[in-house]
Amino acid sequence: MGRKLDPTKKEKRGPGRKTRKQKGAETELAKFLPSAGDENGKRLSSRARKRAAKRRSDSVGAPEKKKLSPSPKPLTKGAIQSSQKKGPQAPGLKIGNEALFGPARGKKRPAPPHSSDEEEDSEGNDARSEGDDWASMESEDDMVDDYGVASEEETDEDDEVWHPWGLKGGCLVPFFTVPKDIFCMFHPSFFVFSFCPQLLPIEKAAQKQRAQEAETLDQWSSEDTDEEEEELSSQPTSKNDEANGDLQINVEKDEKFVLPTGKEIEQENILLGQILEGGAPDLQSVHQRIQDIVGVLRDFGSQREEGRSRTEYLSRLRKDLATYYSYGDFLIGKIMDIFPLSELVEFLEANEVPRPITLRTNTLKTRRRDLAQALINRGVNLDPLGKWSKTGLVVYDSSVPIGATPEYLAGHYILQGASSMLPVIALAPQEHERILDMCCAPGGKTSYIAQLMKNTGVILANDANAERLKSVVGNLHRLGVTNTIISHDDGRHFPKVVGGFDRVLLDAPCSGTGVISKDPSVKTNKDDKDIKRCAHIQKELLLSAIDSVNAASKTGGYIVYCTCSITVEENEWVVEYALKKRNVRLVPTGLDFGQEGFTHFRERRFHPTLRSTRRFYPHTHNMDGFFIAKFKKFSNAIPQSKKSDAAANPEDSMDSRLGDGPSVANVQVVPRPKVSPKSAKKPKQAGKAKFAKLDTGKAKFVRLGTGKTKAKLGAAGKEKARQQQQRPPPKKAGFQNGKPVHKGPRSPTARTSSSSQPPPRKKQKSRS
Amino acid sequence: MRPLTEEETRTLFQKLSKYIGENIQLLVDRPDGTYCFRLHKDRVYYVSEKILKLAVNISRENLVSLGTCFGKFTKTQKFRLHITALDYLAPYAKHKVWVKPGAEQSFLYGNHVLKSGLGRITENTNQYQGLVVYSMADVPLGFGVAAKSTQDCRKVDPMSIVVFHQADIGEYVRHEDTLI
Repeated sequence: MGRKLDPTKKEKRGPGRKTRKQKGAETELAKFLPSAGDENGKRLSSRARKRAAKRRSDSVGAPEKKKLSPSPKPLTKGAIQSSQKKGPQAPGLKIGNEALFGPARGKKRPAPPHSSDEEEDSEGNDARSEGDDWASMESEDDMVDDYGVASEEETDEDDEVWHPWGLKGGCLVPFFTVPKDIFCMFHPSFFVFSFCPQLLPIEKAAQKQRAQEAETLDQWSSEDTDEEEEELSSQPTSKNDEANGDLQINVEKDEKFVLPTGKEIEQENILLGQILEGGAPDLQSVHQRIQDIVGVLRDFGSQREEGRSRTEYLSRLRKDLATYYSYGDFLIGKIMDIFPLSELVEFLEANEVPRPITLRTNTLKTRRRDLAQALINRGVNLDPLGKWSKTGLVVYDSSVPIGATPEYLAGHYILQGASSMLPVIALAPQEHERILDMCCAPGGKTSYIAQLMKNTGVILANDANAERLKSVVGNLHRLGVTNTIISHDDGRHFPKVVGGFDRVLLDAPCSGTGVISKDPSVKTNKDDKDIKRCAHIQKELLLSAIDSVNAASKTGGYIVYCTCSITVEENEWVVEYALKKRNVRLVPTGLDFGQEGFTHFRERRFHPTLRSTRRFYPHTHNMDGFFIAKFKKFSNAIPQSKKSDAAANPEDSMDSRLGDGPSVANVQVVPRPKVSPKSAKKPKQAGKAKFAKLDTGKAKFVRLGTGKTKAKLGAAGKEKARQQQQRPPPKKAGFQNGKPVHKGPRSPTARTSSSSQPPPRKKQKSRS
Repeated sequence: MRPLTEEETRTLFQKLSKYIGENIQLLVDRPDGTYCFRLHKDRVYYVSEKILKLAVNISRENLVSLGTCFGKFTKTQKFRLHITALDYLAPYAKHKVWVKPGAEQSFLYGNHVLKSGLGRITENTNQYQGLVVYSMADVPLGFGVAAKSTQDCRKVDPMSIVVFHQADIGEYVRHEDTLI
């Protein structure tokens, strides 16, 4: 629909009416695209030609006068100019550019005037360009021209001064940024060749410039390491002198990363000190260094720098990670212990980003399909959570507040993290069971248990924090859970208050190192004391939880222990402790994804069944860091510690305390430890009555018999486990076989030897 | 925790019958077991007997809640019904009100229902009758009291109140602290 371009049409000129009409497309275009009409050169009027000529002569004359002055002439490019495409140019532009270029080119020497004169003469008539093209090409050539000529003298000086357009020295082109490919197209060599067969100085300069550009590109990419490079100049091996050394090392740079020396670290420390005054460390360089060190460590044999050990690299990495991700030193160390190098940075990155919002359908009131439909109608963008969950939904974005929709208020769903749904799936509560949830706030897991049980049975939901219990009450009522009792008590009181549960869920309070994305303050405020304190409480809670379960339950006898932490002290260690202290064993959680728990970690070795526990990480599973372990209790008896030598209590453990045996056992214990060979008879007498029942059972067992052994054992009463362990193994084996009456079925996995030790002593005394 | 006295039981049932009439019997004798009311810290809880057996083991200061809380007795022994009772009352409600989608949000914020927001109302509703408020999708939203009888509702102008707000499910979010 536009006007057609008709090159044969003549443009009207002059004061007449026709000139004022809108001109054809070709003329209009010509105004906007200076290059469009320039191929053939514009047909200039006589006066225009004169003006152009005058301009050209000026440009030639100026460099002649100022040949020896330090300021170079932009118009030496007159030589090259004419060969280039030119466009219309406002007369003022040249002057402006001159002003710009003049002082900037302080360093450059002017191009040899005679060569430029020659070229100009030969080309001047052909081009007949009106003005100089101050567009990109020419200025580039200008640059090139100067650059080429002056570069010989200025190579050494200009190494440090680096300009983003690949030009050295003080030659600035603030106006024009040239894409590299256009530049190449209009490289002087293109045109110069056609005119002069021999290599002009400009061509030599061009080739040199090309070579240098290639180098400086490399230099640009490894600029950071450059700085460190110079710091290490003291090292004789790295480089000899600055001038040559830089180039060489640039080449090496691509292959090897060099650790900063003490000087560099001091600098950084100064910078870090400046943070207090408002300065900041250079995060870019820190990030770059992290990536470099990870790259080196991955291929340490070949990439390492001579004389630097692995620990130096690792400690450097540790500090850098702590700086870049704002971690305290303790926690970053813990994380580096747990994760291999390949996952380390991923984990830290994942902690910076929040996990997606997920919710769980309340099947007591609605179905997932219906809920999804209703929410989509409200404008929520969601998807089912995954194959492993039948009730979970993940929310991508929402136009309404997801925590205040009428469906939420009606109790059709609850916002819950994906990893929080897993322990309940592992627990697998059945209908009409009695469940204890020891640390229930804010009630997400409790309500999930209730929904799986379909509001049958009884749930006792307990929490030690009264404030957070309010949200439990609110959530459970909102979701229509009716089979729950909510109590406010310390979890460690538990079997004493009420016990005999079928299943127990313990979501223990932890250091929160798996949910750093929710609470970034964990990065800095956790240290060794916190972790140890958490671990201590967790151990106590877990033992109480185990004691609250009735092992003889028809459908149950399971305990699920979970934390939202990734440290080994709070997870595997606590589980290992429970395995040693109680008659439980680990069973598979029923979750088919997730990483297995550690069976060994640094210098510690854990029980092999720890492989059935599961760990989840934010960077691999896109859910909060979590640890889940499922125990099965096979006996209600509590194994005694090695100090006491009473038999395990055959009755239910209703009055268990941490580390103490049931009260019955205590009575048995008392006389024993004080036994000496002389007074052996008295306690024996006392003990005999008590053990009358047991003795008859044990009389047929292994003989021990001599006074020697008795004396040994008598003395052993005072000492601790050591002596007991020195007893010959066959005795223990005998007892194991002979004691099914008093203990539940023993698991083949390791039980402490202490449980088998008391009997021999008792028998001995009874016989003698 | 103790069972309700006669007085308290009478007050409670009087209140409940305003909303569900004689269906109270259905609340007590349910097919899946016997349920009863218990008083704990001035609040009335509705629990099944199985749960009650376990709950008696917990001491008074540690017990926070059991089963479902229906409401509480004020200092002057009047009974105030809480929104937490909605799940039990809604299926047995005698008189219901349906609210239009536009007015739904307003009701959830605690405002009364105006004539303009009224969708449907059961016939023969007397004035000051206890009502259960539903949304058009049959989702129970809360309790109310009729400000006008059904006949009057037809005549009155659109800006007048037809249902006084008493409790709504928005309180789960607005008044979380007072639920306990």
